[in-house]
Amino acid sequence: MTVRPFAKLRITQEQIVMVIAIAAFVAFSALVPNFLSAGNVTSLVQNVSVLGILAMGMAISIIGRGIDLSMVASMSIAVAWMLVQLNAGVPIGEALLLAIAFSVVIGIINGILIAYVEVPAIFATLAMATAVYGFGKYFLVDADVNYLPDKWKWLTEFATARLLGIPVPIIAFVLAGIGADLFLRKVREGRFIFAMGDNPLAARTSGVPVRWMIVLQYILSSLIALLAGLLMAMLVASMNTRIVSSTLVYDVILVVVLGGISLSGGRGGIISVIVGTLLIGILLNGMTMMNLTYTVQNVIKAVILLAALVLDTLINPRDEQTSQQGDI
Amino acid sequence: MLTCVTKSLAIAAMLAATAIATTLSASAEESTSPGPEYYSALKGKKVGFVPISMGFDLTQGWLAGMQRQAKELGYEIIVRDPNWSVESGIQAINSLIAEKPDLLIIQNNDDRSYNRLVKQAMAAGIPTIQVQQRVQTPSDAYIGPDWYDIGKKTATALAAKCGKGTSGKVAVVQGARAAPASILMLAGVEDTLKAIPEIQIVSSQAADWDTTKAYAIMSTVLKQHADLCGVVGFWDVADLGSAAAIREAGLKDKVTLVTSGGGKRDAACEKITAGDFSVYYSYNVAGQARDLNSAIKMLLQAKMKPGSAPFALLSPLTQITKENMSPTSCWMQAEIEQAGG
Repeated sequence: MTVRPFAKLRITQEQIVMVIAIAAFVAFSALVPNFLSAGNVTSLVQNVSVLGILAMGMAISIIGRGIDLSMVASMSIAVAWMLVQLNAGVPIGEALLLAIAFSVVIGIINGILIAYVEVPAIFATLAMATAVYGFGKYFLVDADVNYLPDKWKWLTEFATARLLGIPVPIIAFVLAGIGADLFLRKVREGRFIFAMGDNPLAARTSGVPVRWMIVLQYILSSLIALLAGLLMAMLVASMNTRIVSSTLVYDVILVVVLGGISLSGGRGGIISVIVGTLLIGILLNGMTMMNLTYTVQNVIKAVILLAALVLDTLINPRDEQTSQQGDI
Repeated sequence: MLTCVTKSLAIAAMLAATAIATTLSASAEESTSPGPEYYSALKGKKVGFVPISMGFDLTQGWLAGMQRQAKELGYEIIVRDPNWSVESGIQAINSLIAEKPDLLIIQNNDDRSYNRLVKQAMAAGIPTIQVQQRVQTPSDAYIGPDWYDIGKKTATALAAKCGKGTSGKVAVVQGARAAPASILMLAGVEDTLKAIPEIQIVSSQAADWDTTKAYAIMSTVLKQHADLCGVVGFWDVADLGSAAAIREAGLKDKVTLVTSGGGKRDAACEKITAGDFSVYYSYNVAGQARDLNSAIKMLLQAKMKPGSAPFALLSPLTQITKENMSPTSCWMQAEIEQAGG
């Protein structure tokens, strides 16, 4: 935990969000019948698994002082293209390899634009999102909704199945979390991402190959996005490219920032992502059960998120030491 | 009344004259050939088309049908795709009004701003057809379903399965809360179910026409109400998500899912066969493409003042179930491209 020297002395945002999550959980358990049932608690986590996996990828890029706004676009086009190929009779291995290659290429282009051309990440990936969607819709995917062919129906059956009583999406979420956590804490490249997120100049001076690490960071976020997209497509047996124009990418950023990963980089970890994801999951599930309308749900969600951020600034006020250049 | 009689007399006289003329010139072929003016009314014309977005089954189907006829009769269809954005749609329609096409086809995406645009187009002398969703102002033609009726029909089909002897608990998966089509369907569903005391709506949520959202809502609702009897959804594409949640809960044989849509084979018939949808109401996009083509031909020939005689061709609704499904119940894009419209 060298990355957060004051962790022991201060209440972190992660802990605040955890407290809010527990409070919401207790409140819903008391108010909503059946909320506390084992079935519902698993479904609560399951429904945010895709969001959570996307947030892992976003966390890696944000910790490295970047941001990847092209995740949702690259995920939807790569997976939709894969479905188009499956419908055309291409073997699944080949279609998957092409989807992986597509995602890697997008990651590399993002990385080169940001690391070598030195375009700010927020603009490079924003433009990339539009470019990927436009390119994909023009050359690769005709229709918005692309269905998984009947031949591969077992994929849906697999994704909606349970292993040892745990739904597959949750297992995928947990595995992605463990993978990302081990990468960030135990693998040299992961430690480098923290180092350059904290202070890119110092990282470079001490020998971290910063430019190459940035490229790697975007390849990773793009591949994790593909993983989330595959899970999403398997669950509902289709991929709708219209998801690109939804607010999903902002929800992902929200989950990441909510859990305490600073947009200025070098702070936080995978636990923060999980805590943020769970809070969103609890809120969505409980409010759906209370049959609140979508608009009211959004308002309540937004107020709680703002409250978490306000509490954090009250408890951990910013000063010259904690605020960094580039803090948004 | 008097003018009516005069008109009838005039028509009778004309018919008699034609009959005589035909008998007289039975050998001359020029008068028996059906109007060359038909072809000249259509040839070289420009038809503007602004859907909500291209790229999904409804708009792709309509366009394929319209383009087939346009090619045959030598007129042009100018497509402006706003890709789900209201702002781009407004821009597209404004620029088309300035370009003055001979006809404009609009799919409403926003009541207030589109209402003004439809009026503007007609004031500029452009005959205007509205497809699928219409604004307050009636334009020269409306082609699309009666949404309230879809709500009523789907709710009635659901009520038939969730009456006495069941839990009577049903859920509604709406479209987008503010979308006119969704509001009308919801009114139809609620009005129908209100009259049936043993049925209780336990959840009514908007899924924004989105598969993943419908999936999340439905899986939560099923956790809360494991004895749910049925679901009425507002669009086949989104209800794939509702179906996935039902399948996952192992309730495929217990929960009735009633939905509606354009009747494309992979979105409708294949899902009905697979048991995902129990009852499906189709407004049949292939038929709508035919209606659009008829309206285009009529308006381009009639040359009336725009807005002077608005009419609607409501899309007939067909119920499709596993039992009554035939090979022609659904359509495929390739079929419309080849022979539809």
